[in-house]
Amino acid sequence: MSAGLPIEREMLYGDYPLDHAYDEMREPTGALRPHYQALAETLASLPADEMQRRKQSADLSFLTQGITFTVYGRDEGTERIFPYDMLPRLITAQEWDHIERGLTQRITALNLFLRDVYSDAKILADRVIPRELVYSCKHYRRQMRSLQVPRNVYIAVVGSDLLRLNTGEFVVLEDNLRVPSGVSYMLTNRRVMKRTFPQLFSSYGVRPIEHYPQMLLATLRSLAPEGRPEPNIVLLTPGVFNSAYFEHTYLARQMGIDLVEGRDLVTHDNIVYMRTTDGLKRVDVIYRRVDDDFSDPLVFRADSSLGCAGLFNAYRAGNVTVTNAFGTGLADDKAVYAYVPRMIRYYLDEDPILPNVETFLLSEDTERKHVLANLDKLVVKAVGESGGYGMLIGPHSTAQQREEFARQIEANPRNYIAQPTLDFSRAPCLIGDRLEPRHVDLRPYVLFGDKVNIVPGGLTRVALEKGSLVVNSSQGGGSKDTWVLE
Amino acid sequence: MLSRVADSLYWMSRYLERAENTARQLDVTLHMMLDPGSSSAEMRWQRLVASLGKPAGMEWNGDLESMVRKLIFDGASPASITYCINGARENARQIREEISTEQWQRLNRLYHQIHSPNIQTQFSASITDTLGSVVDGIHLFQGVGDSTMIHGQGWQFIRLGRYLERAYATATLLEVYGPDLGQTHDREHSGYQYLELVGLLRCCTSFEAYCQVYTADLAPDRMLEFLLLNRDFPHAIRYCVDTIRNSIASIQRTGARRSPDELTAGIGRLHAMLEFTTIGEIISGDTPAFLHTIREQCLRIHEHIYRYYVHYSIQSALAV
Repeated sequence: MSAGLPIEREMLYGDYPLDHAYDEMREPTGALRPHYQALAETLASLPADEMQRRKQSADLSFLTQGITFTVYGRDEGTERIFPYDMLPRLITAQEWDHIERGLTQRITALNLFLRDVYSDAKILADRVIPRELVYSCKHYRRQMRSLQVPRNVYIAVVGSDLLRLNTGEFVVLEDNLRVPSGVSYMLTNRRVMKRTFPQLFSSYGVRPIEHYPQMLLATLRSLAPEGRPEPNIVLLTPGVFNSAYFEHTYLARQMGIDLVEGRDLVTHDNIVYMRTTDGLKRVDVIYRRVDDDFSDPLVFRADSSLGCAGLFNAYRAGNVTVTNAFGTGLADDKAVYAYVPRMIRYYLDEDPILPNVETFLLSEDTERKHVLANLDKLVVKAVGESGGYGMLIGPHSTAQQREEFARQIEANPRNYIAQPTLDFSRAPCLIGDRLEPRHVDLRPYVLFGDKVNIVPGGLTRVALEKGSLVVNSSQGGGSKDTWVLE
Repeated sequence: MLSRVADSLYWMSRYLERAENTARQLDVTLHMMLDPGSSSAEMRWQRLVASLGKPAGMEWNGDLESMVRKLIFDGASPASITYCINGARENARQIREEISTEQWQRLNRLYHQIHSPNIQTQFSASITDTLGSVVDGIHLFQGVGDSTMIHGQGWQFIRLGRYLERAYATATLLEVYGPDLGQTHDREHSGYQYLELVGLLRCCTSFEAYCQVYTADLAPDRMLEFLLLNRDFPHAIRYCVDTIRNSIASIQRTGARRSPDELTAGIGRLHAMLEFTTIGEIISGDTPAFLHTIREQCLRIHEHIYRYYVHYSIQSALAV
């Protein structure tokens, strides 16, 4: 199976198929890719019990730091340790350069698209994107029309999900433009990995990511309203029951800003204040981790108590910056996604650097017919969902599930898209005391203030179950540290 | 600091102080039941319940073990130790970024301890050990907090919660024990009476401290003086009031707002009550009324703190 490897390295592998999917560590012949050489040598030189010892000490480190997420739908003890894999995923400088340029281009175009759609809507007038697709999107916010957004930045914090296909090429699977999460896992993973493999880490020359909170703070500061040189920046969380509450507390602590809930905020004369022991203190920038719907009961959902009444008007008046802006979910709608390459050409007059995954729009009759006939080969997704919910993975589905989805598609075709089942890349993971390949994606974190900033790396999410294609933490996924090499 | 955060820190601390007080008083009461004396188990239980502020559902039902179990483990009853620890952890969970990791871990451990099956085994073997481990956990939390947290506004709100709860609880305890103290004015008391007096001191962990100041010669007037007016013992009411006063002064100093007059006046009045008096005057006057006034003043200070720092009206805040 894997000829050409020294015998002690051969001992490393458990069930390690090399087939059509791209393997991050090994060539199809079984030989190691050059940049994985040092990692494999280190692993081969470590006794098995030493690996286990390091694993335990890393486990303990996650545990005592309280790096947990909340699982919905259970009563008590809902906090779980975020599963992770010990081995880093390596990305070469060349690969990263390509990703960085591609994402910068993409995010710039998406931001221009949001600005356009919420002002003159030229792209719709020019019929590059169908009007009805935009206006039927459930994340389109009528209230944002003709609203001047600070510095014209709609999407200051982005996490796009990339996959690597069997050609070795990176493609964008989706853009998260609302409240992307997971960056705290990227940061804590790195901290633990540096302790677990100190020598390996320093010998590789890995580009740092630890300055992310500082960059985020600088981004938020750059978006403060005019005339507020010392802006009061806060992080708005839905509260302790949110699945990402750990991340909210972590980022607030790392940035040294207050973590506020909706009930801490009041508005008066279109100015947002927070209630402190020192009286009311004006808030200038809100890093919002609450969805649009729940942000302001006067404008969005009236039954929400997570937000702050009057927030939107204060925002409209330009007295407070809320980021990401409202209504950005429009641009990460999975049907709008299909048009991103066209947006890039339209706004920037460039060819997309990072391609899309082929996507069928089920509102188109011919495409729908094709999809319904091939449900067992395709992945069907609800357009407005995230986190791996509302998804049908054709090859892994039962006839009953397919029938159910077919019915839902017929009832509301605009709500679904389909994509081919992707054989995305696999990276070696430590399963027991052997290496086995598991599917991975990559979520780099993009910050957009004065300019686009991307920390080199991101969160590599792993489908820890054998053969699984689902990497979401809510569905049995884990993560890996991502090392971008100098 | 956010008002909500101050509120959570204050209640986290108050709940823990309450849990500690309940655990200690329960332990002392059970210990005293071993010596029959003139008081029956029922009377002692009723005195315990009275000094805990007469919580509902804790009335004597004849089955001591079930009562004790309820007072420790019944998470549905606000008087129980479990309820208090749950409350403290829930408050801490909502402000995790404000307290140190060490504090959070200590409190989390205490929470898991009281909910673990092991504690039931321990309870069956020794109730004293069970209560002791709870009190230990709380002491560890307090120690870790004092040594790992910035002594800023947040820490002051923690102290306010602890010492207001303690001053109130001690005043209640003295009020409940008052009639029993009154019966033993002569110093020639029987062994059983002696045990009663030791019990009262132990309820405030003050037996050894008392002996250091007055020797083991237990006299009700001296005990009252010690628990009311001593300025160096952390469970004495005067010490608590001094600490509350310092904390409020510190909060005012670090804040930008004008000092709230009513709060300053309230804490000053309580301080003066204990500063400019002697135990002779207190005893010759109406002692129960004196203790009652202390409790009322504590409640009023709590209200003022809330009105100025936590639940102030928007109008008043905008007017400043």
